[in-house]
Amino acid sequence: MAASNEPDVLSTGMQAAVGEPLVQMQNVNKSFGSLHVLQDINLSVQRGEVVVVIGPSGSGKSTLCRTINRLEPIDSGTITLDGQPLPAEGRALARLRADVGMVFQAFNLFAHKTVLDNVTLGPIRARGVKKAEAESLAMELLERVGVADQARKYPAALSGGQQQRVAIARALAMRPKVMLFDEPTSALDPEMINEVLDVMTSLAKDGMTMIVITHEMGFARRAAHRVVFMDAGRIVEQAVPEDFFTNAKSERAQDFLSKILTH
Amino acid sequence: MYRSELISRLSDGFIVTLQLLGWSMLIATVLGTLLAAMRVSPIAPLRAVGVSYVNIFRNTPLVVLFLIAVVGLPELGLLTGSFFWRAVTALSLYTAAFVCEVLRSGINTVQAGQAEAARAIGLTFGQTLRLVVLPQAFRNVIPPLASVYIALTKNTSVASAFGILDLTYQLSDLIEDFPGSLYWNFFSIAACYILIVAVISGAAALFERRVGVSR
Ligand SMILES: Nc1ncnc2c1ncn2[C@@H]1O[C@H](COP(=O)(O)OP(=O)(O)O)[C@@H](O)[C@H]1O
Ligand SMILES: [Mg+2]
Repeated sequence: MAASNEPDVLSTGMQAAVGEPLVQMQNVNKSFGSLHVLQDINLSVQRGEVVVVIGPSGSGKSTLCRTINRLEPIDSGTITLDGQPLPAEGRALARLRADVGMVFQAFNLFAHKTVLDNVTLGPIRARGVKKAEAESLAMELLERVGVADQARKYPAALSGGQQQRVAIARALAMRPKVMLFDEPTSALDPEMINEVLDVMTSLAKDGMTMIVITHEMGFARRAAHRVVFMDAGRIVEQAVPEDFFTNAKSERAQDFLSKILTH
Repeated sequence: MYRSELISRLSDGFIVTLQLLGWSMLIATVLGTLLAAMRVSPIAPLRAVGVSYVNIFRNTPLVVLFLIAVVGLPELGLLTGSFFWRAVTALSLYTAAFVCEVLRSGINTVQAGQAEAARAIGLTFGQTLRLVVLPQAFRNVIPPLASVYIALTKNTSVASAFGILDLTYQLSDLIEDFPGSLYWNFFSIAACYILIVAVISGAAALFERRVGVSR
């Protein structure tokens, strides 16, 4: 893929002219009871683009991420993936979810399955791939994320960093069009954060389309094309990482940055 | 004379009790699992069916269920199979309600993230339940599930009152025919039940240890 790592985003408008966005959210609203957690969200993500979403806790980042594979249904607005609107609950939705990789803060590896079986379950059951084929792909991916030697173990026997890398391999095994990361390093001990970020950086370099919720500013600078700042259910500001970090326009973003950059 | 008669009747009764237990256990487990799946399903009418089932069958005395299955329904031309299968029906329907409740509590102990991760890789609701949630739920409820099966073992004795020649039926026969050997009669029958219960407990402990390793 020819996705350059030069951030080229001043141009959300220009990109829209280039091709259909891979993920498009238009006027998306979502409430939990009386809590309006997503308010008129408009977000387009191009093929090969890496978007980092940041914002204070409770601002709606996870919810936004989860609406993209409809783990959370929305109240109004539209979300399309590769031009297709998200189907309602059912087989069509399951098929769509197979195209969207998701990595959770808590890893969520299947506790009763070995590392290898965690990675092959989706391809075998959701895609009908033959077992042998699924296993060889899984081993390739586990190799790639550096945990091939753990393939026969159960998740509980692995460190957090290893578990998260397996979770990434599990998502990649579906050959997704886009990968969603919801604070993938927030539950990790500091010494394990980089091993996960390195895998993510290399994915980004390979042209994977990624939406990443993270407070790892180093990763955002290194790998992101665009930073989206959310607060209180709204997208307040978006910019190229360098601009955002040195020259945030909104007061809320400045305030948030001053809090996370000073420690 | 007494000893050979005892052994022969014991083994006859033992086999019938095991058959009652085996079939009821199997059917109750399958049905209870389906009911538990209904109770956690996103479809409201299915949930309602699950809840009503449990409320009806858990709260009806087993003997009443036996009366319905063995006498009532056949009167209406339903369930006209052998007494054995009518008894299995009553035992299974009753026990399924308990299996369902135990499993449902097991499902609740499986972290929500497990089902979410399964849905996120494109598994359907049914696959998520079957491949990810239920296997873990079963592991979490081995001891209470064993208790349900032990209760079922004892409940099979109700069938003796409805003409099934199980252990308990043989006991009342033996007492009648050999009133002089009262204690032997009781002890040997009790030993048979204890043996079955011990096997269930042992299997549960073994299974729990094996599952403990793979986690
Ligand atoms: N399932 C839910 N039910 C009710 N409220 C929820 C639920 N999920 C999230 N919320 C609320 O929605 C708001 C946004 O949550 P979230 O998207 O997790 O924010 P973030 O990821 O930015 O911390 C929070 O106030 C949170 O408490
Ligand atoms: Mg969150």
